[in-house]
Amino acid sequence: MEAPKSPQSPNPNPGLGISAYYQTRAEHHAVVTSDWLAQAQAAVAPPSPPPERAAPESGRPFSVVEEFNFWRKKPDLAEAVAAIMALAAVIQSSTATTMMELEIELKKASDSLKKGDRSSISLTAGCDLFMRYVTRTTALEYEDFDAAKLRLIERAEKFGEISLKARRTIAMLSQDFIFDGCTILVHGFSRVVLEVLKLAASNRKLFRVFCTEGRPDRTGLRLSNELAALGVPVKLLIDSAVAYTMDEVDMIFVGADGVVESGGIINMMGTYQIALVAHSMNKPVYVAAESYKFARLYPLDQKDLEPAIRKIDFGVPIPSGVEVEECARDYTPPQYLTLLFTDLGVLTPSVVSDELIRLYL
Amino acid sequence: MDSRRAPRTVIDPKVRQVGFVTPGAPPPVRSQFVPPDASSSPPRAPDFTSPGNSLSPVMIPPARHASAEGIPSLARASAPVPVPSTAPNPPSPLRRDGALIPIGSYNPSECLLGTSPMRSPSSRMDGSEFSEDMSMASSSWLGRGSSAKATAASLPGTGAEMMAAGKVGGNVVVPAKSSLTTASVVKTLPGLSDKGDVSFVEVHNEAAGVPKSLKQKTSKADRRALQEAQRAAKAAAREAGGGKPSGGTVPTNAGKGEVGKSSQKKDGTSVSGTNIAPEKKVSDRPLEKERKKDVPHPRMQFDDQHRVDKAKKRAVVNQSEARNRVELFRHLPQYVHGTQLPDLESKFFQLDHMHPSVYKVGLQYLAGNITGGNARCIAMLLAFREAIKDYSTPPEKALVRDLTAKVSNYVSFLIECRPLSISMGNAIKFLKSRIAKLPHTLSESEAKSILESDIDRFINEKILLAEKVIVRHAVEKIRNGDVLLTYGCSSVVEMLLLYAHESKKQFRVVVVDSRPKLEGKALLHRLVSKGLNCTYTHINAISYIMHEVTRVFLGASSVLSNGTVYSRVGTACIAMVAHAFHVPVLICCEAYKFHERVQLDSICSNELGDPDVISTVPGRKDLDHLDNWAENENLQLLNLTYDATPSDYVSVIVTDYGLLPPTRKLEIAISSITTEVKISGRAGKDKDTIGDFDFQV
Repeated sequence: MEAPKSPQSPNPNPGLGISAYYQTRAEHHAVVTSDWLAQAQAAVAPPSPPPERAAPESGRPFSVVEEFNFWRKKPDLAEAVAAIMALAAVIQSSTATTMMELEIELKKASDSLKKGDRSSISLTAGCDLFMRYVTRTTALEYEDFDAAKLRLIERAEKFGEISLKARRTIAMLSQDFIFDGCTILVHGFSRVVLEVLKLAASNRKLFRVFCTEGRPDRTGLRLSNELAALGVPVKLLIDSAVAYTMDEVDMIFVGADGVVESGGIINMMGTYQIALVAHSMNKPVYVAAESYKFARLYPLDQKDLEPAIRKIDFGVPIPSGVEVEECARDYTPPQYLTLLFTDLGVLTPSVVSDELIRLYL
Repeated sequence: MDSRRAPRTVIDPKVRQVGFVTPGAPPPVRSQFVPPDASSSPPRAPDFTSPGNSLSPVMIPPARHASAEGIPSLARASAPVPVPSTAPNPPSPLRRDGALIPIGSYNPSECLLGTSPMRSPSSRMDGSEFSEDMSMASSSWLGRGSSAKATAASLPGTGAEMMAAGKVGGNVVVPAKSSLTTASVVKTLPGLSDKGDVSFVEVHNEAAGVPKSLKQKTSKADRRALQEAQRAAKAAAREAGGGKPSGGTVPTNAGKGEVGKSSQKKDGTSVSGTNIAPEKKVSDRPLEKERKKDVPHPRMQFDDQHRVDKAKKRAVVNQSEARNRVELFRHLPQYVHGTQLPDLESKFFQLDHMHPSVYKVGLQYLAGNITGGNARCIAMLLAFREAIKDYSTPPEKALVRDLTAKVSNYVSFLIECRPLSISMGNAIKFLKSRIAKLPHTLSESEAKSILESDIDRFINEKILLAEKVIVRHAVEKIRNGDVLLTYGCSSVVEMLLLYAHESKKQFRVVVVDSRPKLEGKALLHRLVSKGLNCTYTHINAISYIMHEVTRVFLGASSVLSNGTVYSRVGTACIAMVAHAFHVPVLICCEAYKFHERVQLDSICSNELGDPDVISTVPGRKDLDHLDNWAENENLQLLNLTYDATPSDYVSVIVTDYGLLPPTRKLEIAISSITTEVKISGRAGKDKDTIGDFDFQV
């Protein structure tokens, strides 16, 4: 279980370039199994509110980043939601006396969060959305500050709630698309996709899943493990066998690190390749993504992104003078996607931009 | 190559299959696709169902014959009607659906071109007329297959030339293709029209009958189309009855030089002549009012002689007849020479109702001193501001009404000088709405100062500031080492390049240019003088130079709601080549230039330039083979000013509201952008927009 993690973590210097987002993911994936999760949930859930409340109060010099890291440790919590929780805590612990002050404080907090990990799209998007959602209420202008602050906290909590529920919503929406006897190709480990498949399995749908291996962090193995535990027939493929098996596949399900304005997605390396193969064989590509992953980005091509660097373990020493492509993700343009399942509904890629404008403008 | 277009056709059926199909069952024949088609065009519905269900096998061969002539182009325009008739076997309901599928997998909005998108009252009138005629024509095919060809050929002959662009008949399609080249030879139509006149009359009598009975409440466009059809029918009936076919047939021989000109005049006078005056008055009375209100309509059809004559009477500018019109583009305002400049200058003192600043701007448009969408728009707004400043309400008149009329007057003068750009149209719309919304309680000076500040704000926020914001957005897409290509001379792109240079980005610029305007030279000059590394080439070399380019930045005259980019002619070519080379195409366009219209080609709406400038090359005496081109009636020159780039070839549209994908759903963005709420701050709307986020299933 610890195998993929151990060569990475002991790295003397995780390096400036290495993406914290993928590090967290790797850590999560190293421990997450559903039974573990259930145990953890059972153990942590009831007493969890008090410590979280206590943390900001007791440690007087409150730090968003710490708060964020506290939430991030929770394996079932998406990074964006962790950021939202952290920002909500900022409002709570704030000593500001005017709206302006509070807003500046929030802005600073979200900036420091973003600075911590530039490569994480959902973190940035989550912070931006929170700022929009929380600070832009018309009620603010009329009420006195304390009432307004309470209202802000209320909204922040609501936002966090929505984000937490998002996965279940998506799973429900996507059930119509999974029919009996279908074969689903899945790439990487996505918690939303897992939720979707879980729900489908519990609805007694008959389907089988092809999991790609998901080199280098073997996320596919993890997913196949989960699915096998659910009793879903699973087949593992190496990443390069996608085209070979595409004939048998009825649909492709992927998650997303971020959904961008063009309607395309940014996801784990290899998604673009799979989408291309699927497109050439006329197979639908479905994306499951929560709306807090909608980011105001518009990549024009693959290199138009901040690269998220991830160390790759080849098992053998790499000859000196050989470069390694270490980017952890790629950009899939909208024309290769069929539908996006989000908590805002099932969207075509072209509608995403409208939703984004509505969210941000 | 066509990677953007393909997935839609592929994906649509897939979605349907996966979403609504019960697992084991075979996919349903797409019967759910048919009802919306049929129901969306109520006048056509009976036509559609009756031939589909009760078509006897005997009638099929003639229909097939007709289809060989004209169906391919028609099938695109009005999907459901002709297709069943093309089926060679006796049709069963299932079979009919099967025949529909290829059309269904087309984009439905394109299929219904003639019906739903154009039915809106604001759309051009000939849209609805077009669809009506289509259905009529096709119904007559089913009834009288053998005469179908004659009918189709006669349509353009009898004052309906405006429809020739999307026209059915195989005869018309041929010249359509050839006239896309700059110098084209139009084939004169065979003398079928007098034979076809009879059937044509019948067709139009039906046209008069059907919509009246089917729906009582007709829209303005419908009524107008109906009037148009009736008038044409009467004219045709008179000619057919009176044995005087020349008036109807001659104009089909388009572009016959002097002959064509005189015959057009004759046509015009004969239609509006005295002998049909009584009946005309009866039918045209409700129309007359409408016309007065919005004449000359910015989108007037210039091959409608009747209306052109009317407009000419009012015209300030002396409109000389253009020679050798190109068949496909007869409906556009023909280019009239700059020689009337002195004529207009001499008229200055007669036109006392025209404000001098407006007059000056008009002359500048005419002389070509002010070009470029933003420059023209700003000049116009500044002139209007001057005019409003000097305005005083005449006694016993309300400022709101009188000023609106005045502005309309100015606008029609400007249109005579040069057709409006879409951006100018939007600016005028803005100004008029501002005038209309003035509270009546204001004093004149207050109202004037409010309007002046509104105009100033429009210029500052919507144009100047928008440019800056676009530059900020677009500059993020320029990386070090990029090779940027631009075409023509767009003010925003120029600002962008200079800004990127100032912010120390390392890049190279390729300026592509084209005859006859050679606008790129001015841009090149300014860029080089600022120290940018530039390459200058003509559009002929585009496929060569595209290899090394990493980004294409283009300006636009307008962006339409289906994502079509309406811009300087040649832009489409650049975008297509870039797309083929997988180079991202970025269109820089201010949000005030967006328009909710939909346009599929560059023909329906365009502007014609001076044909002389493409026939002569300055400084090359040896190339003056076309010196006397106007005397050759077989030769027309076409100098288009704009073209339409389909959204498939555009990667992103950079606006002051951020980067938008060029999809069909743009209108949402547009409507939210152009509403007044956005201009004056969005405090009121916020809760609603945020509320959408609470959506849960």
